[in-house]
Amino acid sequence: MSSDAITMPGVNIDDRAWVDVLHRWLTTVDHKRLGILYILYALFFLLVAGAEALIIRIQLIHSHNDFVSPQVFNRMFTMHGTTMIFFVVMPVLFGFANYLVPLMIGARDMAFPRLNAFSFWLTALGGFLLYFSFVGANGLYGAGNAPDVGWWAYAPLTARAFSPGHSSDYWTLALLVSGFGSIGTAINIIATILCLRCPGMTLNRMPLFAWLNLVMSGLVLIALTPLSAAQIMLLIDRYLGGHFFDAQAGGSAALWMHFFWIFGHPEVYILIIPAFAFMSEIIPVFSRKPIFGYPIMVAATIAIGFVSMSVWAHHLFTIGMSSYANSFFTITSMVIGVPTGIKIFNWLGTMWGGKIQFKVPMLFCIGFLFQFLIGGLTGIMQATAPVDWQLSLSYFVVAHFHYIIVGGIIFALFAAFYYWYPKITGRMLSETLGKWHFWLFLIGFHLTFDLMHIPGLLGMPRRIYTYEPGRGWDTLNLLITVGAFIQGIAIMIFVANLVISYFKGDVAGNDPWDAWTLEWSVSSPPPAYNFATIPVVESRRPLWDVKHPEDPDSRYE
Amino acid sequence: MTALSPTSIFNPTSTPAHSIFHLSIFVLVITALIFIVVAGLLTYAVIKFGQATADSSHEPPQVYGSTQIELSWTIIPILIVVVLYLATAQVIHGIQDAPEPKTALDVIAIGHQYWWEFRYPKLGIVTANELHIPVNEPARPTPTFIQLLSADTDHSFWIPELGGKTDLIPNHPNKMWMDPPHAGIFLGQCAQYCGTQHAKMLLRVYVDSPDEFAGWVRNQQQPAVQDASATAGREVFEHTACINCHTITGTAADGRFGPDLTHLMSRATIASGAAQNTPEDLRLWIQRPDAVKPGSLMPAMQLSNQDLDAIVSYMETLR
Amino acid sequence: MTAIPIPFPQRPETWNLPYRGKVAMASLIIGESAIFTIFVVAYLFYLGKSVSGPTPREVLTPPILFTIFLLSSSATIHFATRFLERNKVGPFLGFWLFTIALGASFLYGTAREWQRLIYGHGLTISTNLFGTTYYSLVGLHAFHVSVGLVMLCLVAIFTMLGGVDSEQSRRVGVLSMYWHFVDAVWVVVFTVVYIVGR
Ligand code: HEA
Ligand code: HEA
Ligand code: HEC
Ligand code: CUA
Ligand SMILES: [Cu+2]
Repeated sequence: MSSDAITMPGVNIDDRAWVDVLHRWLTTVDHKRLGILYILYALFFLLVAGAEALIIRIQLIHSHNDFVSPQVFNRMFTMHGTTMIFFVVMPVLFGFANYLVPLMIGARDMAFPRLNAFSFWLTALGGFLLYFSFVGANGLYGAGNAPDVGWWAYAPLTARAFSPGHSSDYWTLALLVSGFGSIGTAINIIATILCLRCPGMTLNRMPLFAWLNLVMSGLVLIALTPLSAAQIMLLIDRYLGGHFFDAQAGGSAALWMHFFWIFGHPEVYILIIPAFAFMSEIIPVFSRKPIFGYPIMVAATIAIGFVSMSVWAHHLFTIGMSSYANSFFTITSMVIGVPTGIKIFNWLGTMWGGKIQFKVPMLFCIGFLFQFLIGGLTGIMQATAPVDWQLSLSYFVVAHFHYIIVGGIIFALFAAFYYWYPKITGRMLSETLGKWHFWLFLIGFHLTFDLMHIPGLLGMPRRIYTYEPGRGWDTLNLLITVGAFIQGIAIMIFVANLVISYFKGDVAGNDPWDAWTLEWSVSSPPPAYNFATIPVVESRRPLWDVKHPEDPDSRYE
Repeated sequence: MTALSPTSIFNPTSTPAHSIFHLSIFVLVITALIFIVVAGLLTYAVIKFGQATADSSHEPPQVYGSTQIELSWTIIPILIVVVLYLATAQVIHGIQDAPEPKTALDVIAIGHQYWWEFRYPKLGIVTANELHIPVNEPARPTPTFIQLLSADTDHSFWIPELGGKTDLIPNHPNKMWMDPPHAGIFLGQCAQYCGTQHAKMLLRVYVDSPDEFAGWVRNQQQPAVQDASATAGREVFEHTACINCHTITGTAADGRFGPDLTHLMSRATIASGAAQNTPEDLRLWIQRPDAVKPGSLMPAMQLSNQDLDAIVSYMETLR
Repeated sequence: MTAIPIPFPQRPETWNLPYRGKVAMASLIIGESAIFTIFVVAYLFYLGKSVSGPTPREVLTPPILFTIFLLSSSATIHFATRFLERNKVGPFLGFWLFTIALGASFLYGTAREWQRLIYGHGLTISTNLFGTTYYSLVGLHAFHVSVGLVMLCLVAIFTMLGGVDSEQSRRVGVLSMYWHFVDAVWVVVFTVVYIVGR
């Protein structure tokens, strides 16, 4: 490993030329720096994809609006969805995993630091490729042409006949490249967790954060690869004249749908499991109690991982499957509610009888619990195949998944930011700004996504750039757009908080939350190799044992 | 809910739509109950155990878990899932595996970028965008069974009041059925993203009384009206590329790329609901389709004003 | 900026964790298996669905000999790593080169088959669904063999330069895991393409 890795964020770097600093960041193989790079990269794309969402929302503010052309609108939702999933949530979760997993399991770095850097740069290249399409992909009219096929890119819309130019190629290549990056990171996380745990940290004593990221990485391995395979097939079709998805030659459009969702459904659990991981670390600390039912939490996560491989076709209830297939995917999709419910109940059990402190991270966690519950229950409605024949492809679905993704994952992420920012930078985020951020985002979120269910029930399909008056959709859409802008303001406050607190925030100290996992035992920010001496643990909460020698956890596990 | 919207799923007017509606209410009630219980517990916990001021001197009792409690919140959800599933499977079977009676009306719907083609194979009718079907009378059931095909990309047929949606996928024929008990106009639109103008691929279904339907069928089965007053327009039409894409029976036009125009005037809208079927809109459409429906696959034909007027008057005769 | 000294408990007496290279390779293999599964599913799904000829029955003959070559290379690489563990570099190199030769002849076999199909039967990747699925599945496998061969050659070169001894046997073992995987995939591909597919 290069000696660069010994430098760390937060040290005095004034005496170095900025090129030097930049060089060090660009060539770093340190897991903490790569984690930060992932996070900053994702934050940047959050703003971009959020701005795209705002364009979508402005266009839909009333019927027959013409803020943007249909072509631009279609590019906007394609780019918004693709960016949010692949270049916001995935990288930010990998970023946190990168930063925290080695610290939490008492390791000095990831198992393969150079692979780690390589994976990050692949992901970065993917995002660059996707956005380069705006200038690089010659469209129908010679102008730049971002992909406009939706984030599932259903065949045959991606065939040369329907998608001339190169926009779909940029989409495919971007996902293929970043997919390889993700697979690399997943391998790295697995190897790190299995091979670099500090002495005493048996699998049974690992923080749930590590466990959940392990399961998530396993899912990446088996779920992201089918997407890569399907992308290769699409490239073969587009460049070598293959017929995988070519209806004229007997190829099947439905096959792409299956391949995509074999990836797509586990993908949503890849996204939510790290969010569960944040919950499982933050809720106990602010309830002042250990996680309730650790073993069953692990078991439920693994169960979710397995079951999630067998539910994909609940996205395909409308494509005309046999009644047996429809019932099968109904039951599997509902079954997944059981382990998920266990998690919610166990967090409830953790809070029960505790002393809940309403710090900003905990506020976001409480928001998560309610919103994820609702999003999960609307998921159950959609899993009921006949009901989904009405709900599918409508704004109800859009509301369902934003409820889980924004109300769940993004809330969890904000919780994680407020919770670990002190560790990463050495300074606390402002609580006052944090409360503004929380309440505004909460209001904006509910205004947008609570209401969004209704146009779906009133027959509004998704992915339409305009709609007819007289269908009862206008007022709702206006309010939804207002909500989106309130969310935008909240996110601006958040970004401001990140920047201001970096310079002016209170100094955090090692352990501002009086927490229990190993990352809080080192300085903030942690030193280059994390641990001067590798720690040894005897329970799931090593710092609890240290702080309460009279009543250590190791006695009960 | 009709007052709220003509496309609400809460106003079912056909057997499939009805059974879906009942199932929805059932699922809604169950999920609402789950929500009330779980959200209630959460709220209680947050209020009861919330601390106004942080006081970390005293840690609460450390509880690590409880097998009984955990078992109960595993088993109860499993039971709920079983109930939900049984109710669902019944509805799936009832809708999907319903036999087609001999007296049923067969329709073939073909999705095109961005319009609908409707064929009535037994009646020899070809039309576009506006579907006519008969009211179903219990005495002599005439439900409509629609076969769904696609000429290009995926589409989805969705009239919320008449039933759930089903996709039209190339190389993958699907079917759906409906049996509305009373007459009316039902609205919907293409629900599966199919390209630039997916938004303006609207659908209208006219449910006609038996007499009205029979009259409509008789009219559609006639060849195109040959109105002497519009010969000039017909000449222009027949000597323009229009005929490569459109069919008008009894003329040289037999294209299939665009909608059949034989009885264009029997439709209330043009271009799949993008505009009303008025002479002005029709003129604008033929002159500059992009002004009405940017991205539609009909090219602007660069006609002189005179030719344009002639064609429009000719179109006006196609009753 | 050093870690705060915390009175950590006693180090456990035994603390053995798996070797990271092995874990990583196992993970990679799981991921690769998923990729191959998708291609195999596509192959099986499109069996007999081509709208024009040629069909697999008309043009494919099972490459038994080359299959034997490839499968026996699993055995040779196994022996090679065994020798390396016992630090017998000479026999190691011998078996290693033999493995490379077997792998290369397998690739030659694939190349010959493709040449015959393309020039003899006019079957290309764009001819029909069979062509598309056949070349992509067999090609994906051949690609993996090629990557494996490059890695094997690198090890052979390092060995000849004197850089490989029993210290490296764990790493070489990881590479041989990959090679075994490539062989195992061939068993699946062979079954699907030349037995089920005909
Ligand atoms: C991270 C994201 C995430 C998560 C966690 C989920 C979770 C679930 N989703 Fe969702 N979903 C998406 C993201 C997510 N989804 C996205 C992005 C799409 C659309 C993509 C697109 O089309 O573009 C989608 C679409 C989607 C569809 C397809 C709709 C359509 O297009 O027709 C369906 C259908 O079944 C579905 C179902 C479910 C179910 C059953 C769950 C379950 O996992 C929920 C489980 C949770 C609970 C049930 C609540 C808690 C449980 C209890 C309190 C226990 C008691 C409960 C019972 C006994 C039921 N989802
Ligand atoms: C991680 C996933 C994620 C997240 C977080 C979001 C967040 C949001 N989404 Fe998104 N969405 C998807 C994933 C996500 N979405 C997916 C997968 C689709 C499907 C795509 C498809 O159909 O193919 C979709 C589709 C989708 C649609 C449907 C489009 C259609 O079908 O036509 C809509 C419509 O309202 C929407 C809105 C929003 C809004 C208002 C937010 C808000 O929460 C966003 C809040 C953020 C901001 C408001 C940004 C604030 C920043 C600024 C204001 C600064 C801007 C300045 C600079 C750039 C310098 N989304
Ligand atoms: C390249 C093919 C093509 C040509 C040439 C063409 N059209 Fe069209 N036409 C279409 C398509 C496709 C549609 C459906 C557009 C849509 O709804 O998105 C259409 C729709 C229409 C409609 C509306 C039909 C309906 O029922 O909604 C009319 C009227 C029409 N065309 C008239 C004409 C006339 C008149 C000409 C010649 C001057 C012409 N078209 C030339 C392809 C063509
Ligand atoms: Cu046709 Cu959307
Ligand atoms: Cu899903």
